[in-house]
Amino acid sequence: MADDLVLLLEGLCVETNKGIVLVDHIDAHLKRGEILGLIGESGAGKSTIGLAAMAYARAGLHISGGAISINGTELRASTALQRRNFRGKSIAYIAQSAAASFNPAMTLMDQVCEAPVVHGVMSRAEAEATARRLFATLQLPDPDHFGDRYPHEASGGQLQRAMAAMAMSCRPDIIVLDEPTTALDVTTQIEVLALLRGLIREFGTAGLYITHDLAVVAQIANRIMVLRRGQMVEIGDAKQILEAPRTPYATALVNERRTATHAPLAEPPQGGEPVLSVVDVEAGYKAGQSIVRGINVTIARGETLAVVGESGSGKSSLARIVMGLLPRWSGDIKLKGETLPAALRPRPRETLRRLQMVHQMPDVAINPRQTIEEIVGRPVTVFFDRPKAKVRERVRELLALVGLPEDFAPRRPGQLSGGQKQRICIARALAAEPDLIICDEPTSALDPLVAEEVLKLLRKLQDELGLAYMFITHDLGTVRRIAHRTAVMLKGEIIAQGPTSQIFSPPFHPYTEKLISSVPEMDTTWLDGVLAKRANSPPP
Amino acid sequence: MTIFGHRPPVTAWIGLGIVAVYLFVALFGPLVAPYAESQSVADTWAPSSAQLWLGADQIGRDMLTRLIYGARMTIGIAAATTMLSFFIGITLGFTAAVLGSWVDMALSRLVDVILSIPQLILALIVLGVFGSSIPVLIVTIAVLDSTRVFRLARALGMNIAVLEFVEAARLRGEGLWWIIRKEILPNAMAPLISEFGLRFCFNFLFVAALSFLGIGVQPPYADWGGMVRENAAAINFGMFAPLYPAIAIATLTVGVNLVVDWLLSIDARPSGSQAEM
Repeated sequence: MADDLVLLLEGLCVETNKGIVLVDHIDAHLKRGEILGLIGESGAGKSTIGLAAMAYARAGLHISGGAISINGTELRASTALQRRNFRGKSIAYIAQSAAASFNPAMTLMDQVCEAPVVHGVMSRAEAEATARRLFATLQLPDPDHFGDRYPHEASGGQLQRAMAAMAMSCRPDIIVLDEPTTALDVTTQIEVLALLRGLIREFGTAGLYITHDLAVVAQIANRIMVLRRGQMVEIGDAKQILEAPRTPYATALVNERRTATHAPLAEPPQGGEPVLSVVDVEAGYKAGQSIVRGINVTIARGETLAVVGESGSGKSSLARIVMGLLPRWSGDIKLKGETLPAALRPRPRETLRRLQMVHQMPDVAINPRQTIEEIVGRPVTVFFDRPKAKVRERVRELLALVGLPEDFAPRRPGQLSGGQKQRICIARALAAEPDLIICDEPTSALDPLVAEEVLKLLRKLQDELGLAYMFITHDLGTVRRIAHRTAVMLKGEIIAQGPTSQIFSPPFHPYTEKLISSVPEMDTTWLDGVLAKRANSPPP
Repeated sequence: MTIFGHRPPVTAWIGLGIVAVYLFVALFGPLVAPYAESQSVADTWAPSSAQLWLGADQIGRDMLTRLIYGARMTIGIAAATTMLSFFIGITLGFTAAVLGSWVDMALSRLVDVILSIPQLILALIVLGVFGSSIPVLIVTIAVLDSTRVFRLARALGMNIAVLEFVEAARLRGEGLWWIIRKEILPNAMAPLISEFGLRFCFNFLFVAALSFLGIGVQPPYADWGGMVRENAAAINFGMFAPLYPAIAIATLTVGVNLVVDWLLSIDARPSGSQAEM
C-alpha cells in the first residue's frame, strides 16, 4: 500500500517573500496511476501547488512550510542538486503555453531528448527512439521526422503534444499538467485531451491536472480538489464533486458550468431598426491575401450578434474592419444607413462616438498610469465637451451603471481586479453613449463566475439602453447566454448565420456540429462518448 | 528608510549622499564659497592652509572657491543639456513609434547618419564654426545626445503603442500629442528616468572633456574640465592642484551611477530572491 504512494504533500505552505500566503496548508497524495484534478479560479494557488510539488517556487516566492515527498524521499530536506535530479526524471511538468515554453532556436528533438540524456537515463540514440515512439503514440504527423522541426514549424496543438512527449521522455512517476489544453481551440482541445489521457493511462503515470474548467477535469481526473485563495475548499471523487458538491463555492462553480451548456436561448427582438449593416466586405493585411471575404451581417437596435469561430477564423479582423483599424478593400459598412469611411482617420468624431469597443484583455485596454476618473471621463470630455464638474458627475453615474462604487474614481487600474477592470472598459464605452459596442472576447480573460457577472451586466445595459452588440467569442457557452443571433466563421467566411436557437438546433452545418460537440460536458463519460461517436462516423 | 516605497541599498545611499552634496553646492555656490569666483588671493599654486583649504590655482585663486563655482557651471550645463536632449529625443522617438511608416523611416535614418560620425569630432566642428558660447555648447551636445535618447524612446514607444489602451485612444480620435504625452510617456517613465541619470553622466563628462580641450566653457568661468587643463602643469612639480577637479569629476560620476544602478534594479528585477536553478 505504502509503495503505491508516489507523491505526498503535507501541510504545504507557499508565501511571497513579503509574507503574503498564497498556498495555505494543503494536504494531498497521489497513488501510482492516479490523477488528481486541481480546480479553482485565478489566484487560487493551483499552479503554485503544481510547481511546489516539484519543490520549486517561482522567483519572489518560497515554500514556507510542510513536507513534499516523492517515492518516500522528502524533497525539502534534500540538497538543490538532489532536487534537480528528481525534476524531469521522477516528476515532469507540462506548461500551459507550449508555444512560449519551447526554445525557438532548437529543434523539437533536441529539446525532447535533453532530459533523459542529462539525467543519464538513456543514451542520445535511445532517447531519440523513445521520442519517435512517443510522437507516434501522440499521433503527430510523420513521427520519424517530426523531431527535426523547429517550434515555429508546428501548430499549437502539435507543440502541446510535443511537450507531453518531452515530459514523458524519462518515464516519470508523476506528471504535473498545468492547463495543458486551455490555450487550444475547442476542436483541438478534445484531440489533445484524449491523447494525453491515453498516454497517462498507458504508462500508469500519476498526475496533477490543473485547470479552471470543471468539464475538462471531469474527463481525466479520478479525484478533484477545489481550491480558493490558496485553501482547499473541497476534495472528493470526480463524480461526487460534479454531481453532489458539498460546499457552497463548489456548488456555484458546478452550476455556472452547467448553465453554460444548458442556458435557455433568447429570441431576437422584433422590429428593431438596423444599426449596423455590413455588405459583402473583403479585407486583409497583405495585397492579394484577404483575411475575410463575402461578409454580410446586420445588427438591429437592442440586439446581440455573436461572431464565433476558432483562432485564425477572422473574427477579430472583422471587428477591426468595422472599427476602421483595418480598412476594407471592398463592400460597404453602414451605421444607421450612413456609409462609413473605410479607414479610421477620415471618420468624423460623431461616428467614432457611436461605435465603441470593449477589448479582450482588460489589463492592457486601460492605461495603468491614469486614474479611473481620467479613463472614464476622457470620452465624455472628447465627445461632449462638458465642463470638469459635469464630467466628474457623469463618471459617478457611469460607475454606478456598471455596478462599481463611486469611490473607485480616484483609484488606478492596478488596485482593481480583472472583473472590475472589464467593468471600467464597459463604462468607458458607455461614456460615449454609443449605438453599437463591439465586444472582442470581453470575458475570455476572466474567471467563470466573474465572466458570468460581466455578461449579466451587458444584458442589463442592453435592456436599459437599447444597445446593439457585436460579440466576438470562441466560447459557445458564452454565445448561448448572450446572443440573439449568431454567425459562425471559418477561414474568413461566414458559413452559417441565423437566430441562435436555430444555429444551435438541428439540422446543423457540419462545422457547427463539430464545434458544438467539441465543448466538454460535465459528465465523466463524455469524452469516451464523443470519441466512440467520431470513430464510427468519419469527419465531414 | 524608504524612497518611493523602495528601500535603497547602502551603495545607493552613498550615491544619493554624493549627489545631494554636489547639488547643494551647485545651487548655493555663492553663499558657501569663501571668496569670489575670479578673485586672486594668493601665490600661484600656494599650498593648502587654514585660509585656503585646498590651496590656490595657477593664478592664485582659491581652489575650493573655483571648485564650488565649477560645480555650478559643469552640473548646470550637463543638466540643461540632458533635459533638452531628452525633450528632443522623446518627442521625436515617440512620434516615430506612433506614426511609423515614412516618418519613422526618415527620422531613424537621420539619426543613423548622425550616429555614424564620432561625437567628439562633430562637436569640435560645430563649436569651431559657431564659436564656443554656453548656449551653443548646450544645444550642440543636446542635439548629438538626443540621437541616443531617440533610439531608446522609439523602442519603448513601439512596445507601448501596440497596447490596446493606445488603440482605444486612437479610436476616440485623440491627437498625436495627447497619445505621446498622456498614454505613452507615463508608461515609459521608469526606464527613461534611469537613462536620464546615465546620459547626465555622459554629458557631464563630455562637457568636461570639451573644456579640457579648450573649446568648452571659456575663462574666466570656472569649470572642472577646464580647471584640470589650466592646472595640469602643477603635476610636474608634484602638486595636487589638477587632482582636485579631477576627483570632483570622478566622484560625481560614480555617485550618479550608484543611484542609477539602484533605479535600474528596481525596474528590472521582481522583488525578492532569484528562483532556484
